[in-house]
Amino acid sequence: MLSMMTSIIHRVTGMGLALGMLFLVWWLSAASMSDSYFALVQGFFYGWFGRLMLFGFTWALMHHALGGLRYFTWDTGHGFALNKVEWMVRANWIGSIVLTLAIWGIAYGVRS
Amino acid sequence: MSMRTELGKVRGMGAAHEGTGHFWQQRLTGVFNLLLTVFFVAYVACHLGADRAAIVASFKNPLIAFGFAAIMLNSLWHMRLGLQVVIEDYVHGPATKLITIILNNVYAFGLMGLGLLAILKMFLGA
Repeated sequence: MLSMMTSIIHRVTGMGLALGMLFLVWWLSAASMSDSYFALVQGFFYGWFGRLMLFGFTWALMHHALGGLRYFTWDTGHGFALNKVEWMVRANWIGSIVLTLAIWGIAYGVRS
Repeated sequence: MSMRTELGKVRGMGAAHEGTGHFWQQRLTGVFNLLLTVFFVAYVACHLGADRAAIVASFKNPLIAFGFAAIMLNSLWHMRLGLQVVIEDYVHGPATKLITIILNNVYAFGLMGLGLLAILKMFLGA
């Protein structure tokens, strides 16, 4: 059950990250253009909505990256036993949440 | 009983007639994305709260510029392949499928062009 949902989540996070790339290119373009435009884009990312969005993208990236590792394991022909699948899927969720919180914890630590 | 090899049978097959190349490229770009993700997260952590002058200055560093250029090429290629799989699975009309695959290419290569242009601009001047 959880493994089927996680497979779909891999697609959903992938599609979310595709949208995230638009925001990354937006930020890069703004940085290459002018102080005022960059300030506007930074203002968006530092606002509550921007932060929430970036938090979501961080989690999506971590979940998608760890999910990718799971697919690499399966590609080698390993990890198909049901208990292994269950273990990897759980590690995928817990790992993505831990990494996301760690990244944001470090980010706020660096900032203060 | 066919005399063709297993690889010969799948070459040029698949919903977009790309055979196994798509699968392989998805894996290859995926591995590089893991490294680029570490680079990207480290870059963001090191530049939180930086003003535009500091960001532009950071892109004068060839390693930073190269890292971001690699993200544009590798990650967006991975994105293009991934979205294509989603399209192949959920969009079925021949015309709508063709249109969405074209739009997918426009999106991926559009972002790639804009991103590389911004990186190059900051690397050279800004």
